[in-house]
Amino acid sequence: MAYSFPEEVLEYVFSFINSDKDRNAVSLVCKSWYEIERWCRRRIFIGNCYAVTPGIMVRRFPEIRSVEIKGKPHFADFNLVPEGWGGYVYPWVVAMSRAYPWLEEIRLKRMVVSDECLELISKSFKNFKVLVMSSCEGFSTDGLASIVANCRNLKELDLRESEVEDLSGHWLSHFPDTCTSLVSLNIACLASEVSFSALERLVSRCPNLKSLQLNRAVPLEKLPNLLRGAPQLVELGTGAYSAELRPELLSNLFDAFTVCKELKGLSGFWDVVPAYLPAIYPVCNGLTSLNLSYATIQSPDISKLISQCQNLERLWVLDYIEDSGLDILATCCKNLEELRVFPSDPYGVEQNVALTEQGLVSVSEGCPKLQSVLYFCRRMSNAALVTIARNRPNLIRFRLCIIEARATDYLTLEPLDAGFGAIVENCRELRRLSLSGLLTDRVFEYIGKHAKKLEMLSIAFAGDGDLGLHHVLSGCESLRKLEIRDSPFGDKALLANAAKLETMRSLWMSSCSVSYGACKLLGQRLPRLNVEVIDERGTPESRPESCPIEKLYIYRTVAGPRFDTPGFIWTMDEEGNTPLGIA
Amino acid sequence: MSSMNNLSESGKSGMNLKETELTLGLPGEPRVGKACMKRVFSETVDLELGNSGKKDSSGSGSSMKKESATSRGKLVGWPPVRAHRKNIMTVKSGKYVKVGVDGAPYLRKVDLELYNSYEQFLSALEGLFTCFKIRTVLDEKKLMDPVNGVEYVPTYEDKDGDWMLVGDVPWKMFAESCKRVRLMTRSEAIGLAPRPETKCSSSSS
Repeated sequence: MAYSFPEEVLEYVFSFINSDKDRNAVSLVCKSWYEIERWCRRRIFIGNCYAVTPGIMVRRFPEIRSVEIKGKPHFADFNLVPEGWGGYVYPWVVAMSRAYPWLEEIRLKRMVVSDECLELISKSFKNFKVLVMSSCEGFSTDGLASIVANCRNLKELDLRESEVEDLSGHWLSHFPDTCTSLVSLNIACLASEVSFSALERLVSRCPNLKSLQLNRAVPLEKLPNLLRGAPQLVELGTGAYSAELRPELLSNLFDAFTVCKELKGLSGFWDVVPAYLPAIYPVCNGLTSLNLSYATIQSPDISKLISQCQNLERLWVLDYIEDSGLDILATCCKNLEELRVFPSDPYGVEQNVALTEQGLVSVSEGCPKLQSVLYFCRRMSNAALVTIARNRPNLIRFRLCIIEARATDYLTLEPLDAGFGAIVENCRELRRLSLSGLLTDRVFEYIGKHAKKLEMLSIAFAGDGDLGLHHVLSGCESLRKLEIRDSPFGDKALLANAAKLETMRSLWMSSCSVSYGACKLLGQRLPRLNVEVIDERGTPESRPESCPIEKLYIYRTVAGPRFDTPGFIWTMDEEGNTPLGIA
Repeated sequence: MSSMNNLSESGKSGMNLKETELTLGLPGEPRVGKACMKRVFSETVDLELGNSGKKDSSGSGSSMKKESATSRGKLVGWPPVRAHRKNIMTVKSGKYVKVGVDGAPYLRKVDLELYNSYEQFLSALEGLFTCFKIRTVLDEKKLMDPVNGVEYVPTYEDKDGDWMLVGDVPWKMFAESCKRVRLMTRSEAIGLAPRPETKCSSSSS
């Protein structure tokens, strides 16, 4: 029985299918579905900018409106990826400027963006609406000026934690007076002062502005007026939250917040003066997201605030909250889904706050919807981890950082294998896990056995040898991203599980025991992977093949070896020849 | 050849200035590692030639900057706290130093961590004190009183208690070692030679 729907019908049906996975599945059904699907795909996500080339993308998908691209490996956040590694977005923008004149959205993460690039974006896409740059670098406020001056329909400009060369705050004044389209503006990462009057006018003439995140340079005195100009805000990041104590400012601020009936998210709070916290009481009950991770206030003040935010779903906070504050969180915030506790003094040797494993245990007991945890602390026990695992089998993300590397269970002085084992055994839906503390190969045995939905695993200072890595690579069926540092994993496990690497997005290993010879072998055996050796000591050819390399980044790709590698990266050749990268 | 590739890291100019730097080594020897670089003057000072106590190792020039796993017992990238979070946290306490100007009735306090360069810092001072403006005289920025032409020389007290001329060392080094700032009028600042017009890159005297 042969039948075919008219193309238009299929296209219409496909327009309801938005997830990448589903779209990819659709395209594999048959040749005609592949064709129809590729013409009507509007949104594309590229998890590794080197996995595919811009040329391949524009050839296959001619009508894209929205692009999201990620560059550097995650460990770049912690200075483990040397300067000059790559992740340049320029070739992508050039290709898109020719192929996608109607492109509307660009979202980038950990990429290098130049001012030239930003200017090209601003001039190439007439209907450009959304620019999100998360943890990017390489551009200055001049580049921002091009964007805001030329993109007439700009809806979102979000600089999320990017490193911007801050020449001045002048760029903001380049928004034309006719611009009323802004929905989201995040300049929290910028240091310079922007013109307050320009900002005030911009904010008050954009009726759809839902999200505004100011930078630290915006003083508290300016906040009431800004809020009055945008009472419809859903998300606000304050600037500096301090001023000398003036009753009129406090009541002015309080009144301004009272008008913000839609506010669901608050962040900012640099340099907090606790006396001004009551100004946000009017909005506390409506808050679902609160980011106090820059607020150096103590536990009693934090607790007072939290106890009023009964609808909180997401809390980011410093460890000043202490166990006592987390107890209060557990009691008051029954809708809590995500908790992140950051260290106030990560490099100090002594414990400076009364925050222990107990705080996390309390929250795991009290908050039935808790699914995502990032927790920095200075001590942990297997018993606590087991309790947490049993309390919260619905955990999806569990990232624990015990500050001292290789710290034991503080009660029994044993490794924390059993504790993390309990986590993976009980939390069947776990997708992301970061380990810390003293760990032997046993924990990896547990992970390989139980963590079947695990997609991302971060390992540091853990394991005894290759067996550990072997457990992970052979057992974790859903693994996409694996990043390892300072762990004694070597050649055997990698070579034995080489094929697994083609099912993953990427593998990062630094300060491990992988030899140059093994890398060459991997490069030979797996032509569809780029095996990149990163070594700042000079070419690995100048050392014996058995010598361990500094860092290794392996990723699957249809693009072949990249051509923008800096001098300290060598891509292993398919033929086992002298690797590419040496002139 | 790989040193040529290293240019792509800096990206900007085509001049391989590193190649022209003096090193200790036979001609044709590869210039690998810090070991063969000629010592910067401030490093030789650290050789305790009669000086008591250890100087702060952060003063010994940018060649020490490169983080290694063993320097000061700190591990690179551990604990895994993101750079912007680190910066925000360190700036929270601020590095407030007193700034006095001769003739001004009271001192001010500025947070050195808010600035990334001498220019930014001096502009901030200009904003704080009404008695001077920054004027450019012969390619140099000077702090001058617009009314009577008096020049102010910026000086600071460093960690060792010595009074130094502002501007000799890289900004970051200055910000770390500065304890207080004083803008002296030119007549008071005898003994401080005017800065030379051209800045030579460091080499021992």
